Amino acid sequence: MAGCRTESSCHLRERYVIYILLIYILQLCQTEHVICNLKLKKNMRNLCFYFQIHLPFRLKRYRFFDIGNDHYYFDDFQIGDEIRHFVEQSYLPANKAILEMIRSSNGKFKCSFAISGITLEQFELYAPEAIDSFKELAATGNVEFLAEPYAHSLASVFDANEFERQVKLHSNKIQALFGKKPSTFYNSELIYSDEIGELVSKMGYKIMLIDEAKHIMGWKSPNFIYSHSYLPKLKLAVRNYKLSDDIAFHFVDFSLTAEKFIGWISAFPQDEQIVNIGMGYEVFGITQSAYTGIFDFLKALPYHAMEQQIGFVLPAELSKKYESAGSLSVPYPMSWVGNDKDLTPWTGNDLQQEALNKLYAVGERVRLCKDKQLLLDWLILQSTDHFRYMSHKDAYRSYYDSAYEAFMNYMNVLADFLSRVEAQYPSTIENEELNELLKTINRQEEEIEALELVIEKLKSKTKKRVVKK
Amino acid sequence: MFGWEFPPHILGGLGTASYGLTKGMSLQNDMEITFVIPKPHGDEDQSFLKIIGACNVPIVWKENSWDYVNQRIGKIMHPDEYFHLRNGIKYDFNRIYTNDLGCVDFSGRYPDNLIEEISNYEAVASVLAHQMNFDIIHSHDWLTYPAGVFAKQISGKPLVIHVHATDFDRSRGQVNPTVYGIEKRGMDAADHIMTVSNLTRKIVIEKYHQDPRKVTTVHNAVEPLPDVDTFTKTVRKEKVVTFLGRITMQKGPEYFVEAAYHVLKKTKDVRFVMAGSGDMMHAMIDLAAKRGITDRFHFTGFLKGRQVHEMLAESDVYIMPSVSEPFGISPLEAMQVGTPSIISKQSGCAEILTHAIKTDYWDIDAMADAIYSIVKNPAMFESLSKLGLEEVNNIKWQDAGLKVRAIYESVM
Repeated sequence: MAGCRTESSCHLRERYVIYILLIYILQLCQTEHVICNLKLKKNMRNLCFYFQIHLPFRLKRYRFFDIGNDHYYFDDFQIGDEIRHFVEQSYLPANKAILEMIRSSNGKFKCSFAISGITLEQFELYAPEAIDSFKELAATGNVEFLAEPYAHSLASVFDANEFERQVKLHSNKIQALFGKKPSTFYNSELIYSDEIGELVSKMGYKIMLIDEAKHIMGWKSPNFIYSHSYLPKLKLAVRNYKLSDDIAFHFVDFSLTAEKFIGWISAFPQDEQIVNIGMGYEVFGITQSAYTGIFDFLKALPYHAMEQQIGFVLPAELSKKYESAGSLSVPYPMSWVGNDKDLTPWTGNDLQQEALNKLYAVGERVRLCKDKQLLLDWLILQSTDHFRYMSHKDAYRSYYDSAYEAFMNYMNVLADFLSRVEAQYPSTIENEELNELLKTINRQEEEIEALELVIEKLKSKTKKRVVKK
Repeated sequence: MFGWEFPPHILGGLGTASYGLTKGMSLQNDMEITFVIPKPHGDEDQSFLKIIGACNVPIVWKENSWDYVNQRIGKIMHPDEYFHLRNGIKYDFNRIYTNDLGCVDFSGRYPDNLIEEISNYEAVASVLAHQMNFDIIHSHDWLTYPAGVFAKQISGKPLVIHVHATDFDRSRGQVNPTVYGIEKRGMDAADHIMTVSNLTRKIVIEKYHQDPRKVTTVHNAVEPLPDVDTFTKTVRKEKVVTFLGRITMQKGPEYFVEAAYHVLKKTKDVRFVMAGSGDMMHAMIDLAAKRGITDRFHFTGFLKGRQVHEMLAESDVYIMPSVSEPFGISPLEAMQVGTPSIISKQSGCAEILTHAIKTDYWDIDAMADAIYSIVKNPAMFESLSKLGLEEVNNIKWQDAGLKVRAIYESVM
C-alpha cells in the first residue's frame, strides 16, 4: 500500500511541475499578446466620422408687389414641417443609435457634427427635443461639434469680414448650447482654398476638413493628414469621398453591410492610418430610409471595426495624433459637390452671380446696423441653398419649378431687404463717411460721459469750498 | 401626305409645321415625299418634296386636249400627269361641281363651306390613291383625316395621322359635334396617331378614347432663321412686353391685360403691346381702358411676315398666356431672336423648353412677377436670352423627322 502511496505522490509532484510550467507558459503568452496588442494600438488605423446638418429657412412666395409692403420672408408652415420631418425621420433615431453605440462600445465610438447656426435656430423654434438629444450626446464626451459659418454661407469666398463674424457667432452659439468651443473647422459644403485656409488659420484653428478632389490630390491618397500649402500649422483632413458616397448614395445598390465596409478599409495599405468619412446626417433615415437597414448598418460598425483593430477618432484629435504627410495647394475654391468639386453649383451661372453680388455688396453696411431682425434676415439670406436653387443643372432639393423662379423669388425678397438697409443708411452716404459719422456719434456719448464726470468733480469741489467757508 | 397649308401662303401654325417637318424628313435620303394641298400658288419651295394641288386633280372625266391642259395648268402641273391621274377616276363624282378640267376649285382657306371642301378633298384623295405609288399615308390635322381614311381604304396602305390641334383646344371644351365626328373617325381608322405635345396626346387618349399604345408625341421644332442677324433690338429707356397672336379666347389675352395692370401699378417704364387681331380685340381695348392703362398699352393690329420677327426682336419680353395651346411655335420664334418668353403651363411647347418662364395661364400674379423680374434684372434677361437661344437652336426638325420615321417603320 505504502509503495503505492509513494508512487501516487510521485505522480502528483510530477503533475504539479507540469501545471506550474503550463501556467508559466500561458503567462508568457499573455504578456506577449499584450505587447503585440500594444504594438498594434500604436499603429492602429482610425476612422473619423463627421456629419453635416443644415436646413435653410425656406422663403415664401414673395411677389414684386410685396416689395416695400411685407418684410416677412419665410414660409413658417413649410419650414416647421420640414424640420419636423428631418428631426423625426432622421436626427432623433440616428442620435439614439449613436448614443447606444457609444455605450455598447465602452466609449470607443466617436463622431462629430457640423450643425449650422441657422439650423440650431430652427431646432429651437420647431424641435427643441433635437437640441436636448444633441446635448445628451455632447455629455458623453465622445462627440465633437465643429465650427462653421453661422449661416452655412459662401461668405468665405465673397466677404472675409462676414466670414469671420459668422464663425465667431457660430462658435459662441455652440459653446452656449453644448458647453465647449469648437476647435475643428468645417466650412459650409467643405469649401476650401489656400486663401480660406489662411483665414481659418488666423482665427486659430489647427485642423480643417476638406474633400478629396482629383485635381487637387492627383495620385495622393486621402487617407493621410495633409497641411496648408504655405501655413504648415493648419492641418487638412481629406474626406474619403468614395467610401462616404458608398454609404450616402450606394447603400442599397451595393447591398452594403458593416462587415463589407470595414473589410474594404482594413484592406488599405498598412501606412494609410486615417479614413475620414463625412456626409449629410439626413443620409440616415431620409436619403436612405429606415427600412433599408441603414441604422442597423450604423450600429454594427463599431463591433466590426474593433474586430479588425480599427478605432475611431474625433477631428480635434487628428492634429495632435498625426503628422502631415505633405502640403496641398488649392489656388481656386473647391467644394464637396458634383464631379468637378468646384463652386459652380452656387456661382456657375449669371443669375447666381448677380444675386450674390447684389447681396454681398451691402455686407459692410448691414454690419453697421443694430436692428436685430435685419441682422437675422441678413444671415438667413446668405445660406448656400438659395443660390443652389438657381442652378440650371444642379438644383439639389429645390422647391421651385425652375432656376428662374428661384431667382425671381429671391431677388424680390432681396430687393425688399436692400430697401430696409437703405432706409437705415441711405446709399447716398459713402461707407467711410458713414463710419466717421457713426464714430462721432459713439464718441459723443463718451465725450458727454467724460464731460459729466468733469462737471461732477467741479460740483463736488465747489461743495467742499462752501463747506470749508 | 395630305395637308391644308404650305408656305409661303399660310394662315396659321399648321403650314409652318408642315413645312418644317417635311424639310426635316427630307434629310433622310431614302424618303420621297409627295405633299397634297388644296390650292398651291406655284411659288412653293419644291426643292425637297413634290407638291400636288388638289385643285388640279380631275375627279370627273372631261375630254381635253394636251395643249389645252398645258395652257390651263401647265405652270403648276405637267399635262401628262393630269392625264395619268385622270385614269384613276373610278367613282362617279358628278354630284360635285367641277370646272372645265373636271377639277374642284378649292379655296385653300377656311371658308364657311369648309365641310364641303373637306369632302371634295376626300374625292381627290380617291383618285390619287388609285393612281399613285406610295408606302404610307400621313394626314395633317382634322381637315385631311377623311382624305387619309379614304386613301387607306382604297390602297390598303397604313395611315398615320398628325394631330396639330383638337377641337377641345379651339373651343375651350364647347366642341362642335361635326368636327368631333370627323376627328374621331380619323383617329379610329388610323394605324398610328402623332400628337404635337403630351398635352394633346392626353386629350386624344381621354376625349377621343384612343388606345395609348397607338398615340405618340412628336414635338414640333423650329426652322432656323436665315436672316437672324438682321433683326436688332433698339436700346430704349422703356421696356417692351409683347403679346402676339390671334386675340381670341384660346390665347388668353385678358390675362395679359390684367398682368400689365399689375406691373404698371409698381413701375412706369414698361410698355405693353398686343399685336394681332381677333374677335376679342375690342373687348381687350375696353378692358385696358377700364384699367386706365391705355397710355402704356398699345394695339398694333395684324402683323405678317417679317413684321412678326421684327416685333419679337424689338421686345424685351414675349408672353403667351394661352388657355390651351397644342404646341405654340411663337415662343420658339421669339427665343430665336433672343427675346425671353413667358408661356403658360397649358401650352405644349412648355414640355420641351427649360429656359422660358412657365406660369399657369390664370396666375396673373406669377405672370406679372415674371415680367417685372425680366424687366428689372438684367441678369435674368441675359440668361433667358442667351440660354434660350442656345436651347432653341438645338430643337431641330431633323430629330422630329427621325421620330416620324420610326413610327412609319412600326406600322409598315
